[in-house]
Formats: sequence, C-alpha cells, structure tokens
Amino acid sequence: MSTLSETPALDVLQSPPASRAALSPHLGRWLLHGFVGLVLIFLLLPTLLVVPMSLGEASYIQFPPKGFTLKWYHAYFADADWMSATWFSLKIAVATTVSATIVGTLASFAIVRGSLPGAAALQALTLAPLIVPHIVLAVALYLVFAPIGLTGNFFGFAIAHTMMSVPYVMLTVSASLQRIDPALELAALNCGATRAQAFWHVVLPNIAPGVAAGAVFAFLASFDEATVAFFISGVEGKTITRKLFEDIDYNLTPVIAAASTVMVVISLVLMGGVEWLRSRGAKAAP
Amino acid sequence: MANATVAATDRATAGQLSRPASLTLALPLILLLGLAFLLPVAKLLWGSVFTPSPTAENYLRIVQEPIFLKILLRTVQTAAVVTCLAFVLGYPVALVMSKLGGRAAMLVAACVLIPLWTSVLVRSYAWIVLLQRTGVVNSTLMSWGVINEPLKLIYTEGAVIVAMTHVLMPYMILPIFSSLRSIPPELDRAARNLGAGPWTSFIAVTLPLSLPGIYAGSIMVFILALGFYVTPALVGGPQNLTIATLIGQQTTELLNWPFAGALAGVLLVVTLGLVGLFRRFLRFGKGA
Repeated sequence: MSTLSETPALDVLQSPPASRAALSPHLGRWLLHGFVGLVLIFLLLPTLLVVPMSLGEASYIQFPPKGFTLKWYHAYFADADWMSATWFSLKIAVATTVSATIVGTLASFAIVRGSLPGAAALQALTLAPLIVPHIVLAVALYLVFAPIGLTGNFFGFAIAHTMMSVPYVMLTVSASLQRIDPALELAALNCGATRAQAFWHVVLPNIAPGVAAGAVFAFLASFDEATVAFFISGVEGKTITRKLFEDIDYNLTPVIAAASTVMVVISLVLMGGVEWLRSRGAKAAP
Repeated sequence: MANATVAATDRATAGQLSRPASLTLALPLILLLGLAFLLPVAKLLWGSVFTPSPTAENYLRIVQEPIFLKILLRTVQTAAVVTCLAFVLGYPVALVMSKLGGRAAMLVAACVLIPLWTSVLVRSYAWIVLLQRTGVVNSTLMSWGVINEPLKLIYTEGAVIVAMTHVLMPYMILPIFSSLRSIPPELDRAARNLGAGPWTSFIAVTLPLSLPGIYAGSIMVFILALGFYVTPALVGGPQNLTIATLIGQQTTELLNWPFAGALAGVLLVVTLGLVGLFRRFLRFGKGA
C-alpha cells in the first residue's frame, strides 16, 4: 500500500519552508526523547535500587553502599520469622492461584457461553474488587474474619485473596474464550462428546494461554498484596508483605532490602513467563 | 457434571450452556463474591449507620470536625496533584512508546511494566531508601556540596506525592498508549501533508484522538490515589494522614469501627460514583 508521503511531488510540499521549521522538529524530537528517558529512569531506578542496598556492608541505609556482602541474604534465609512469613505467603499464593483459576475459568465459561440471568451484573460485580479501595476491603474483611478466627489464618487469606484475584483470571479467560470459534465446541458435541469432554479436550487447550496468564496474575496479585494482608495477618500467621511492613516501620535493616530483592526476582521471573506465553501465543495465531 | 441429555438440548441452542448448567458453573464465583466481598462491605457500612439505633452521627462527624475535613481535602488534593503529574510525565512516554517498534518498544514497555508488577511495598520502601536522612538523595546532594545539612524529605506531603506518582504512573501510561496505538498513522501524515507542523498536527489530531485514553488513565490514577493505603502509611507518616490511613488508624488504634465504616462509606461512594460517571472509558486489567 502506497502512502501519501511516498509520492515525490507531495514530499516537496511536506518539506518545511523556513529554516526555523527545519530545525525545530529535530530539536523537539531530542527534547521529547530526553524527557522520556528521564521519566523511564524515574520509573525503573527506585525499584532496582533495592538490589545494591541489599549487598552493602553497613547495617543501616547508606549510600553509596560500601563493600560487598551476602550476609543480609544469609540473615534473611536464617531468620525463622522471615522464612515462615515467606512460606506462608507462597502457600497462600499457590492456593489462591489454584482456586481463583478454577472459579474464574468456570464462571467465565458460564458468562461467555452460557445463558446466565444477570450476566452483565455479575460481570460488573466481578470487577468490583479491582475498583473498591483495598483499605475498605481490608477493614471489612477484618470485621467479618476476626470473630470467626479467620485472621492470621491460611483459609482466611486464601478466601480473601481469591476474591481479589478472580477478576484478573476472568479478564484473561473471557478474552480467550471470545476469540475461539464456538463451532469447534459444537463439532465436538455433535460428534457425541459430553459437555465436560468438549470443554476438557476442545475448549481448554484453546484457552490455555489465557488461563495460564490469569493464573500468573492471580499468583502475583496474592503474593504482592499488602493492604488486606496487613489487616488480616495475625501474630502467628503473617505474610511476607506484613513482615516487610512491620520491619520498615520499626527496624530498617538491609535484611529488608534482601527480602525485597527476593520478592522482585520472583515477580519478574513470573512476568517474564507471561510475556513468553504471550509471544508464543502471538506466533501461533495465524 | 454434564450428561448426554444436556448435550442433546444444547445442540438446539447452538452450543449454549443451559441455564442450570451456567448457574452451576458460576455458583462458586457468586458465593465467593457474596460472602467475601458483599457481606463484609455491607457489614462495615451497616455498622456506620446502625449503632444499633439508626444515626447519621458518624457521617456528620466527618464534615463537622475540621481535622477530618482537612484530611479529606488533603486526600483529594494529593490525588489530583498525583493525577496531573502522572499525566504530564506519562503522556510523552506513551507517545514515544506508540511510535517505536521492535526492540526499543519492548525496552520502554519493560520499564513501564516492571514497576507495575513489583510489590507496592517494595517500591514504597525504595522511596524511603531514597528520601531518608542518610538516604540516596541527601547523601548525593551533600557529597556534591549542594547542601550541608540533610533535608527533611521523608514523612512530608511532597514525599507522598512523588512516591505515589511513581507507583501509579503505569496506570496512566497504559490506557493512553493503547488509545494512541489505535489512531491510524495516516491521519498524522495527512495533517503534515496539508502543511501542519509536527506540533500543530499533534495538538489538532493526535491529542484529541487520544482523549479516551487520557480520561481512562486519569480516572484510574485518581481513584487509586484516593484510596491508597501502603504508600501514604509508610512514606507520609502519621502527620500526613489521608482518608485511607485515617481509616486504618481508626480501626487499629482507636477501634472506632462505626466511624471507620462511615469514612469507608464516603470513600466507596466517591470511588464508585467516579467509575459510574466515566464507565465508558474504563477497561480494567494490569496487562498491557
């Protein structure tokens, strides 16, 4: 397809008449790119800063960090409190991933392919946990969970985080479901497959990338979640985010930087996985 | 779960799930949202009105006591400033991102997405590291001889604004990026061929066409900033309360649940009201 600017006659028209105009596009471009570069540094640098801070020798925040040591990582991995908080968070995140993925996939299927009364209302309600401020969810959940012993409790966290993660699964799975041809499923049904067989052998393989992406988002939404975790943690059952919160407030040691780095690495590895899935999905698509 | 008879009736309605089957599949979600979302929020709001006799006292207190009105005002003001800053800093990033291709576009996208998917807590901690008395900013300025004494940067309103802008900017960039991407490049070229300079073409063509993205990003950042807890709690300290940290304080320190419920009610109504008003611009999701 030929575009206008490829026509030589019109290119003459496009070339600027005065020297001021000839200079300014380049200058404007340089300024724009320079500005964007600074903003990107502003976006990225604070996140990456925790890495050097976790490797310095001093036992307080010092910049630039002096020396090189892994002792803060040793301290992190040797500390029973940090370890139990980390494992607690990981267990909750895995449970949340499994339950949010199952609940969200089934419900998306019902909404996209089914005849559900009030489907639009249900969809809006599903997204609500993304909009309602987490502080409201946090105190509301505490109010209900505390009397029945669900604070500082694995199941309490799994329930709360599943509710907060299900929207991510529903968004990615619904998008995948809308992209596949219903005729595929129909063909399976016509060939004598049961609904469950058609779902398992035909629908699921086709929406697998969406389900997987939703699962990773659910895991991260749970693992990184701080506000609700702060309120419904207990003395015994606390998440890594609650432990970080407490330690940032009371004793700001470089162990926090080490723990933060561990969290960043886990998040980035998983996000890299999603991007890899996406690029594979893009290549597979015709 | 399903059997041959269900499948047989479905064939008639072109593969649609029957109503009972749809309800069964959606039931876990309905139960989850009902018990873990609607019920707790309803209980919190109920407690702000019925204590146990119906009263508006908790809500009146918010507007009658100057300290609470001040906090409310400060919250809205902070959210507005953060939204403006995120727009001014974020729009050029979205613009450049939408024009780049290949490796460079991926690099910019990574710079935007990496902060989005690292814990808010880690990013707030990073700002403490930067703004502390012995932190990065003070150390650098002192070693350059710009200042002799460390500045008080942390636990100020400015610190909250800077850290929150950092945390929320990706929510501004992504919707603007996707609306810029949907503008056909021929339009800009046409404007330029008709004699418009790059600046005129941007103002007359690109900017107006990216308005849906600007609305979506601004609303998203504004409502997230209004209800933000972690960053103001850590970076703002107790002197710079916002409505979210005030709710936290009322529940954890003062155990005044009815009043916390009233504050939560106000925050909820404002948030949902804004979402309702700007519903058509919003598409949710953390992905690109």
